[in-house]
Amino acid sequence: MNKPKRDLLPLLLIPALAVAALPLVGSPASWVTLTVAGLAMGMMVFIMASGLTLTFGLMDVLNFGHGAFIAVGAFVAASVMLSLGPWMVADSFWLNMAAIGPAVLAAVVASGALGFAFERVIVRPVYGQHLKQILVTTGGLIVAEQLLKVVWGPEQITLSRPAALRGAFLFGDIAIEKYRVLAVIVGLVVFAGLALTLNRTRIGLLIRAGVENGEMVEALGYRIRRLFVGVFVVGSALAGLGGAMWGLYQETVTAAIGAQVAVLVFIVVIIGGLGSVGGCFVGALLVGLTANYIGFLAPKVALGSNILLMALILLWRPQGLFPVAKR
Amino acid sequence: MTEALLSLRGVETHIGQYHILHGVDFDVPEGGLAMLLGRNGAGKTTTLRTVMGLWRASAGEIRFGGRDITRLATPDIARLGIAYVPETMAIFADLTVQENLVLAALAGPPEAKRLEWIFTRFPALKTFWTLPAGFLSGGQKQMLAVARAIVEPRRLLLVDEPTKGLAPAIIANMMEAFRELKDGATTLLVVEQNFAFARQLGDTVAVMDDGRVAHCGSMAEFAVDSGLQQRLLGLGMDTHQ
Amino acid sequence: MLRSLLSDDLPRSRWLAFALIVVLIGLAFAPFLFPGAKSLNVAAKICVFVVLAASFDLLLGYTGIVSFAHTMFFGIGAYGVAIALTRMGPGWDSVVIGLTAGLVLAIVLAALIGLFSLRVRTIFFAMITLAVASAFAILASQLSDFTGGEDGLNYRLPAVLRPSFSLIDGTLFGVRLNGRLLDYYLVYVVALVLVLALLRVVNSPFGSVLMAIRENPFRAEAIGYRTVVYRTIASCIAAAAAALAGALLALWSSQTNPDTTLSFDIMIDILLMVVIGGMGTIYGAVIGAVVLVFAQNYLQEVLAIANKALAGVPLLAGFFHPDRWLLWLGVAFILCVYFFPTGIVGRLRSKR
Repeated sequence: MNKPKRDLLPLLLIPALAVAALPLVGSPASWVTLTVAGLAMGMMVFIMASGLTLTFGLMDVLNFGHGAFIAVGAFVAASVMLSLGPWMVADSFWLNMAAIGPAVLAAVVASGALGFAFERVIVRPVYGQHLKQILVTTGGLIVAEQLLKVVWGPEQITLSRPAALRGAFLFGDIAIEKYRVLAVIVGLVVFAGLALTLNRTRIGLLIRAGVENGEMVEALGYRIRRLFVGVFVVGSALAGLGGAMWGLYQETVTAAIGAQVAVLVFIVVIIGGLGSVGGCFVGALLVGLTANYIGFLAPKVALGSNILLMALILLWRPQGLFPVAKR
Repeated sequence: MTEALLSLRGVETHIGQYHILHGVDFDVPEGGLAMLLGRNGAGKTTTLRTVMGLWRASAGEIRFGGRDITRLATPDIARLGIAYVPETMAIFADLTVQENLVLAALAGPPEAKRLEWIFTRFPALKTFWTLPAGFLSGGQKQMLAVARAIVEPRRLLLVDEPTKGLAPAIIANMMEAFRELKDGATTLLVVEQNFAFARQLGDTVAVMDDGRVAHCGSMAEFAVDSGLQQRLLGLGMDTHQ
Repeated sequence: MLRSLLSDDLPRSRWLAFALIVVLIGLAFAPFLFPGAKSLNVAAKICVFVVLAASFDLLLGYTGIVSFAHTMFFGIGAYGVAIALTRMGPGWDSVVIGLTAGLVLAIVLAALIGLFSLRVRTIFFAMITLAVASAFAILASQLSDFTGGEDGLNYRLPAVLRPSFSLIDGTLFGVRLNGRLLDYYLVYVVALVLVLALLRVVNSPFGSVLMAIRENPFRAEAIGYRTVVYRTIASCIAAAAAALAGALLALWSSQTNPDTTLSFDIMIDILLMVVIGGMGTIYGAVIGAVVLVFAQNYLQEVLAIANKALAGVPLLAGFFHPDRWLLWLGVAFILCVYFFPTGIVGRLRSKR
């Protein structure tokens, strides 16, 4: 009986992609900028996608309305930040943070609350019926997007990054935007948090077991329904966090923001393997890097390149990079 | 005559448009091991799943320790003290052996003496304690599935075909484990196709046919009635190893 | 004779039959009953969307496939004709070539997507089609040399279809008998033929197999039907019909751009049409298309009235802003999925 090797091959794709891009990009300075941009974008997409993949893995529910949580997060954060305008434009790091902190918190709470409502009203009645789920959650997305326009108006909101987060660190020729560094840090923190929760806590144990076989977990005596709601809410809260960060990144917020990023989120979830947070992480970084490298080399086909990436990965591993052993 | 720990009356189960159980009646007395036998498709697995609440009974009543559990949700049924070992074993392949058992121990970390006993019966579990359960062989997974059900004391064990596809040596191990459990306070209801195993372990027997219980009584009487065996199971118990 | 025209798929409800007849005749005589450029535009749009929704119903209602890439085929058909008319001049040969190219591309793409993705689970497939459709929409905007980019293409229609063409001098009931009228009737007749053709498809043995696959794919496979093949063929037929609908739109509008053919809003529209109208009926698509196009154009006026009435209450008024018509339809859509899975047609039929 041989000891199993840890399946680390997909992880190697990230450095492989980065290295392959270097000769294509040409200048090392640009390459560094692009790589950091790609990682930052990947981290944000990961934050948004992690909830979706867990929800699907655990509850077999795919929420096409996930983009709504992203959008709500962005809008709520924007509103709070705009209302704390003076603190945002002030030149003090702490005042800036004092504006961003509550904004992000509000975003997370709002999207978490929306997630709770979504689960109860829209998703719960259609557990197990995939076709209806797709239809109903798409309907939820439509309604949510319209409601956003009712509350915030149809025009886009401009959001400027505060002084503390503007600008870049300069290393000779290479400029690394401060905000991107922050995004990477936040992404790593979220990933570490999720990984620790999943691997070291009892709830994490329940989630991992539930992703494999929810029925058996119930037969062991656990009321897994309550766990579902919790995971759904955490997932939507994370989406809100991602949305807030994305809004700051793009510096504009529109009701369509959810839909724009949603396609990337879905691609990441598929690439990673439904139900795998680790796969989601790797997939998100790959998508972020691809989008930025191709965005530099051949801007017109940036989105198409991610679809090609998805197709290639599916050809290699039809269930995604880290498929979860299913019942 | 001890009060039945588990009793089913007129239990019917529909799965989609299929009517599987047509009114199941039988009792499982407290203490001891009841065997549930029958041909393929007779409804044995469906009966266990219905008791466990995984499938809802469309009619009839199920009582456990005097309490009506027909409409209870599966986790609540489990918490009343019923453990379930499904035919598919349903071990969590991505979790380690340790994590599988920790999860099954509702009341806290598994008791050391209990673990010792499990390791004696199923040594492979100790060897592969920190490995993902997916790497265990079929027989070892079966051991893990049973170990999971007994890592804490339970009043009733529902076991579905524990010896399917196992080597004779492992079957012997399993038999010992069940015997020891029986001598403890645990009641077992076991679905089996292996007649030798069934005859040696069972105290009472219920034979299902076509979604109903066609016969129930003591194993001792059933084991000597080859005519009845032939009629209900299609072949004599002696012809099987 | 009516039975065979409708492929034995009768409305089976007085109300539904009545509604369908109203739609049929209303559209047939639209230029005369509702004079004016705007109403004629609405009528033509209804014809086009009836076909598009019906083709989507073939996929969703009869085969049980959710594909978010359906608008892609619509766009391919439209752009096929548009590009041909732009590059090769306003003649019928351009139309034929563009149409054929569009059809071929649509069918080939549908086959590829089908064979690669229909083996996977419903949800996977839905997500993949979403990604592919998004990519295609962006591609169409980016390849501006070919497709005219964001602004799309403006072109001239074949002479016979232009307003300047005069069939007979003078007017009939106040309507000029010109190329625009001919154009409208071209759209109407082709749309009618396509709907009847789709009815024929779903009521054929092929259609029965599709429905069996929808209900229980494992069983169908066990009986011996290769589900992937059937689903792919259904996808190709649906894609072809959608492409034809797109071609019709291109011939009516004399301009084609990403917004009117490839946007996700259109995908949502046809989803709403099929579900609210009634999945798996084809007639549902007809009713749904009429309801939705009417809502798009006239619900806004109703909402405007409510909006004015609530002018004093800021947030509440926002709910009734004319631009929020999609909000109400979205709510109706969700309610339909829960409570009226058979849609309007289903409800009418249960009333008898």
